[in-house]
Amino acid sequence: MFDPQHWRSQFPILNRKVRGNALVYLDNAATTQKPLTVLNAERHYYEHCNANIHRGVHALSQEASEAFEASREKVRVFLGAQAVEEIVFTRGATEAINLVAQTWGRVNIRAGDEILVSAMEHHANIVPWQMLCEITGARLRVIPMDDRGVLQLDQLDRVLTERTRLVGVTLVSNALGTVNPISEIISRAHAVGAKVLVDGAQAVAHMSVNVCQLNCDFFVFSGHKLYGPTGIGVLYGKQEWLKSMPPYQGGGDMILQVSFEKTVYNQIPYKFEAGTPHISGAIGLGAAIDFVSTVGLDDIAEHEDGLLKEATALAESFGNLRIIGTAPGKASILSFVMEGIHPHDIGTILDSRGIAIRTGHHCAMPVMDYFCLPATARASFALYNTRDEVKALFLALRYVEKMFRG
Amino acid sequence: MSELRDLYQEVIFDHNRHPRNFGPFPEANRHADGFNALCGDKLSLNLLVKDGVIQEARFEGSGCAISTASASLMTEALKGRTEGEVTSLFEGFYHMVKGEPYEIELGKLAVLAGVSEFPARVKCATLAWHTLNAALQQTDQPVSTE
Repeated sequence: MFDPQHWRSQFPILNRKVRGNALVYLDNAATTQKPLTVLNAERHYYEHCNANIHRGVHALSQEASEAFEASREKVRVFLGAQAVEEIVFTRGATEAINLVAQTWGRVNIRAGDEILVSAMEHHANIVPWQMLCEITGARLRVIPMDDRGVLQLDQLDRVLTERTRLVGVTLVSNALGTVNPISEIISRAHAVGAKVLVDGAQAVAHMSVNVCQLNCDFFVFSGHKLYGPTGIGVLYGKQEWLKSMPPYQGGGDMILQVSFEKTVYNQIPYKFEAGTPHISGAIGLGAAIDFVSTVGLDDIAEHEDGLLKEATALAESFGNLRIIGTAPGKASILSFVMEGIHPHDIGTILDSRGIAIRTGHHCAMPVMDYFCLPATARASFALYNTRDEVKALFLALRYVEKMFRG
Repeated sequence: MSELRDLYQEVIFDHNRHPRNFGPFPEANRHADGFNALCGDKLSLNLLVKDGVIQEARFEGSGCAISTASASLMTEALKGRTEGEVTSLFEGFYHMVKGEPYEIELGKLAVLAGVSEFPARVKCATLAWHTLNAALQQTDQPVSTE
């Protein structure tokens, strides 16, 4: 039996008080808290083997390089990738998408081509493609969704055509919680010759992913939404594509040989990792992957589904509260609005009781526009959340209502 | 919890439920749009200014209780004031919501003093005022609180 209390003890921050109340942290879709193993891994690196990686002949550099590359291997196993060369460290999912847009995109996208994204993408999976379209004269198109927040795959043929070069789609919507049927999207995209980039930022902490089974061309995620540090993320790309792509940024580590006449670029993945990387972050991410694997993603998913079901039931019976995102398949996220009460006010009042939720557009303004809302309130669950915390949330929402309605 | 009550005073709820000077204003001769990127709030402000004096101010848009009440209270406070008076009013108001000392008499606007305990909400309270600045300067660009 999964016991969240057992794992809570691994997260020191969960002991703190906020405005005199025990912290109830329900903003996990924005970022998760970090377990001791992650904190200790970063600390251990700085205390025992801090050195710049690669090419160093001294002991510290070798140890740091080994720890850094060991994390890359952990990411490979975590994603089910075939080769460790397919794992590129980035600052996060956002940088990983920009990397693909600016390298693969600049070589492969021309005027008249189309890039297809879904109606529920995070700005990070919209804006890089818009920027690419501006440069190349390509066109951005959108897979529509319905009012439950389900992608309308019966409309896919209308927007997925032989002109589509790339489909960018999120596995889990950060604003709605919808789990998208990406296997079907990937196979249909491949059928017209388009590549697929999957945004896994919101997914990897809640479900196991296997990039080979998915057969996606690119997959991105951020460490900090997976109980790891901020500032570190991953781009997975099929070897064939990564090899054919030009470098992203120029600098150290991404080169084999430099003269003022010509530079020979390094092999993948180093070709895409210019400059000293976030070494401690990568090591922390490795520890986060170990942690999640120890807890078990299947158990985590089952526990979070239980919390989401309980929260959904309480929301449905609340009155004057509307859930935004009612897809049959959801992960960890409850987005909602309350009649006549702005989400921002909800957020402030919950905060006064130590409850942290997110309010706003969740970096998905097109989703807000679709539902004709300026913002929603969003509670999102992680492995350390409990049923008591879900109850505390709805008790506090009653208080919000009392304040506003008298 | 008392900080929360200081923020959400009854006057604020009243102006949120029944915003004053709310609605279209085709006779206006100054206009600006404001946008709070933090929470997606949008505000459209229309003014009728004659000989440097604000005759009438009306707003439209959607926002949280703090930004709606602030806009409503602001439009009430503007009538009959010169542009110069309005500038010092904004300065005083801004210092108040930032929790800094101010000298000017703010009248009813003082109910928003509780915002100073909630730094994340300063932008909500000042959105209407930033938009007012833009309207008086007649900039075409929508203002944001960033």
